This record gives sequence, structure tokens and C-alpha cells, in this order.
Amino acid sequence: MLTILFDGVAYGMLLFVLACGLSVTLGLMNFVNLAHGAFAMAGGYITVVLVNRAGLPFIAGLVLAFFATAAIGIVLERTLYIHVYAKSHLDQVLFTIGLVFMSVAAVDYVMGSSQQFVQIPAALQGQFDVFGVGVGRYRLLIIVICGLLTVALQFVLMATRFGSRLRAAVDDQRVARGLGINVGAVFAVTFAVGSGLAGLGGALGAEILGLDPIFPLKYMIYFLIVVTVGGTSSITGPFLASILLGIGDVAGKYYFPTLGAFVIYTIMIIVLIWRPQGLFARGASR
Amino acid sequence: MSSKTDTAVTRFLASRARFGPFEIAFWIAAFATIYVLPGRHLILTETAIWGLFALSLDLILGYAGIISLGHAAFFGVGAYAAGLLAKYEIIVEPSIALVCAGLIAAALGFATSFLVLRGSDLTRLMVTLGVSLVCFELANKFADLTGGADGLQGVTMAPILGVYRFDLFGHTAYVYTLVWLFVLFMLARRIVNSPFGLSLKAIKGNALRSSAIGIAVNWRLVAIYTLSAGYAGIAGGLLAQTQAFASLSMLSIERSADALLILIIGGTGYLYGGLIGALIYRLLQDYLSDLTARYWQFWIGLLLIAIVLVGRERIGGWVYFVEKQVAHLFRRPAPSSRAEEGV
Repeated sequence: MLTILFDGVAYGMLLFVLACGLSVTLGLMNFVNLAHGAFAMAGGYITVVLVNRAGLPFIAGLVLAFFATAAIGIVLERTLYIHVYAKSHLDQVLFTIGLVFMSVAAVDYVMGSSQQFVQIPAALQGQFDVFGVGVGRYRLLIIVICGLLTVALQFVLMATRFGSRLRAAVDDQRVARGLGINVGAVFAVTFAVGSGLAGLGGALGAEILGLDPIFPLKYMIYFLIVVTVGGTSSITGPFLASILLGIGDVAGKYYFPTLGAFVIYTIMIIVLIWRPQGLFARGASR
Repeated sequence: MSSKTDTAVTRFLASRARFGPFEIAFWIAAFATIYVLPGRHLILTETAIWGLFALSLDLILGYAGIISLGHAAFFGVGAYAAGLLAKYEIIVEPSIALVCAGLIAAALGFATSFLVLRGSDLTRLMVTLGVSLVCFELANKFADLTGGADGLQGVTMAPILGVYRFDLFGHTAYVYTLVWLFVLFMLARRIVNSPFGLSLKAIKGNALRSSAIGIAVNWRLVAIYTLSAGYAGIAGGLLAQTQAFASLSMLSIERSADALLILIIGGTGYLYGGLIGALIYRLLQDYLSDLTARYWQFWIGLLLIAIVLVGRERIGGWVYFVEKQVAHLFRRPAPSSRAEEGV
């Protein structure tokens, strides 16, 4: 029971790190980015290549996955995404689905369609018991890393100059621009960090979520659930939503294996009907 | 003065609803393929069904402005309904079974339309996606009924009207599909050119203002969503009947995305977009999968991105552009006719 809870929390933390970038793009730039999973997949594959083929240590692989994906993110943002910000939601959907299709086919071409695994150092494998609860070491690592990241993100958003600029740009782009905030640059940096986090999440999650070319399609819906259920106005909303989703999904699969993902989707629809702005949103104006 | 404006408006709207030479040529060409391209009927059947599916999406996207990422839900439900009706011989006559499949999908559309009405584009996107995922999971779980991942097998189709058997080369299937496409297209054409269709366009333009001039926004949207779901269901039913098979892939996100892509290639908001898009998509798919069998999705993705970056209006407008140019060629002898109408 507690093990399920623990696994669920680990899973939820992972989802949060994967999806928080999306919550920023959606909430901040009002941009529907269905290709977010592609960045996560990129991070996962970069780690696989670095750790398995080049023989780098696992942690170095994670760090590099973050920076490499952030670099990909900023390049794409400056070259392609920037043209699509002002377009309609339909255009954004089409554009990002196109990106997903391309990334799926490209990864299939380069890495093959089989599932990939990251070699995890022996020290991180196995379980140990805490008061009779089986705690996976790797999952513990995930919780620690993701927990630290969450605290750091919250700190950056709430207590730094960049964070306040970002929040200003979220609330009202035009006024923020009028106050001399370089909104474009703020967006670009945020997008890069969001993509980087997705890449890191993908690298960390390769072990739990599995990594194959259809990753972006398979998990797109989960990211979107986190963001829509959690709301886009704060970082705590998506965080709580992803923890709930993680626990719900793990427990659902354990207790009602026949129902599968059915429960999650139904809950999502109900929540969206009940509170279209998200479960934890403070009556957002837009 | 108002009467003058009234007649001008009426004339304009009537001229929009009139059949142009291109429409007539299009349908003559479509029916001519029955005799001209007998070897291609299997592919053409599929293309026509894709066209009908994209047409159903055009009804909500092009006319009412609802973005849906889950339209395959209705397509798949229609397909399973038609397949099950035939398999268990509940309704033997294919055309009546097809109408039933459409009605079942429309019922689902009606039930879910209330969910779609709420919220912004993103919420709609998520809800439509969620509905299709729930349908997918249900079809997967009730494997006794639907065959699960193996698909619905053992479907045998009775002859149409008790006379025309489905043959191996797909000749009957093609004629059957084409007749359905034509009938449904004409119906859709009638609907979108009616006051109801115009009110939908008004809602798409600005929902708040249209409610201010007395359009019941929500009910209109419910109506068109239900209709569109029924169309998608019939398209799915046609596929199940002509292939005597229904599978989970008919409910998948990829299906919905493909339909969206087809519609975008052809252009939204004038009904022919779906049909033309299906034709182009099919040719493209054939060409690309000859070129790179497994990776043709890459090029499809590239195409999508290119369409968005260049601008959908410009791409979707190419049909108008061609039509205008050709019409210009024909009109040359009497250039003053347009000026006389005095816009």
C-alpha cells in the first residue's frame, strides 16, 4: 500500500518535471505545444547515447540531457515557434503535431523502433526497506531530484527578478513590454528551461516510462492532463495535479488492472467539465 | 432602402448556393471514375471514405470553428456499429445498417456535445481527445464484443438491397460509397447554405455578438456537432462495410490527426476541401511510402509545418485561386457582366 503510494509519488514527480515546461508555454504564451513530449524524448535518447554508447556516468548524462534539450528548445523557439505564437490555436496544433510526426519518424530512422534502456549504475538499483516499506533506490533518486527542482522553480518564480518579470509577462504581455521588459527574451529563456526540464524528465523517466519513438504521442495526453487539470496560473497547481495523477495511475493500474487508463481519462473529462480553468486555478481572467 | 439591401443580400446568398460549373464537373469526374478507372476502385473507395470523414470534420471546424482532436471517436464507433450489426445479423441490409451506424455515432456526438461547449479551445481539444481515448479504451477492454487488438473479424456483408453483392475487386463497394458520399455531400451543402449554416458562420466569427442578435449559440453548436458526428459515423461504417473489418486503429488519435491534416491540405470552410484533400493526401501517401516505406510520416510532418508557416489561408486558398483563374479565362468574352451586378 505505502509502496504504491511511494511509486505513485515518484511517478507524479516525474510527470511534473516533464510537464511543467508545458504549463509555462501554455499559461505564459497561450501556446498549445503538443510537441512537448518530443523534447522529453530527445532528452531520453541523448542520455541513452551518452551513457550506453559513450560510457559517460549516469549523472553527467542527465546534466547533458538537460542542456542539450534546452539548446534544441531555444534553437527551435527562435527559428520556428516564434512565427507561430500569434497564429490561431488550430495553427499551433497543426504545427506541433507536424513536429511530433517528424520527431517520431526521425528517431525511428536514427535509433530504430525498439525500446531503449539507460544503463543505471548498480548503486541506484534495487530496493531497501524503511519500516517494512519497499523503497526503490532509483525512485527515491527521482523524488529527491524532482523535489529539489520544484523548490528551485518555485524560488526562481517567486523570489527572483527573472521570476517577477516572467509573472508580469504572463499577466499582461503588453503592459510588461511597456515597462521595458524584454518579453521575447523572457519567453525564449523560459522555453529553453522548460524544454530542458522535459529533456531531463525524459532521461530520468526512460527507466519507468519506457523510451521508444512513439513516446511523444503516448505521453502527450498525460502532459496535457497535468496542465489542464492543474491550471496554468501557478506552479503548485500542475504540481498537485501531477502527484494526484501519478498516484491515481499507479494505484488504478494496481487495483483495477482491467480498467486501465479509462479511469484517468474519465476523471479528466469530469474535472474539465466541472472546472474548465483547472482544478487549482484561482479564477483566471483569461 | 432596406428592401434594396435585402434583395442584394438575398441575391448574394443565392448566388453562393448555386451550382457552379466546377462543382458539376467535379461530380461528373467522380462518377466517371466508375468506368474510367476500374482497376483503382479499392484505393478510390478508401479515398472517398477519407473524404467523407474530413467533410464531417469540416462541418464543425470550417463552419462552427470547433477544434477537435478526437473526431475518430465517431468514426470508430460508426465502424464498430456497422461491423457488429452485420456480424450478428441484426440488420442485414447494408444501407439501413449504415444509417443506424450514423445514428449511433450521432447519439454519441449529441451526448458529448455538451462537454465540448464548455471552455476555451484548449479545453475543447482536451475533451474531444479525452472522449476518443475513452472510446478507444472501451473498445480495447470489451474484447469479447469488439475483438480487442485483433479487430472485429468474421463480418460478412449481405448484398446491397438484396441484389448487389460486394465483389472482390471493390466495384460494388466503390459505387456504394460514391453514392453515399454524393447524397451526404449534397445534404451538407444544403445545410451550410441554409440560414442555419450562415448562423454557424456568424458564431464562428464572434459567438458573443451572434448571441446578441438572437442566435441560440449553444443549440446551434450542439446541432452541428451531432450532425458532424453522424457523418463521421457513416464514414466509419462505410469503411467497416467495404472492408468487412473494424479495428482499434479506427479510433486512434492518429486517425483524428490524419483527418485534420487532410482537411487542412484541401482547405476548410467550403466542403470540397475534405474531398480534394483526401485525394491529394492519398496520392502523397502512395508516392512517399514508395519513396520511404517506414518514414513517410516525417514528410507529412514537414508538410504540416510548412503549411502553417506559409499560412493556411494562402495554402487553402489555392483552390479558389485556380478556380478564379480558370473562371477568368472563360469569362473573358463578357468582362462587364460582373460590374453590372453593382456590388
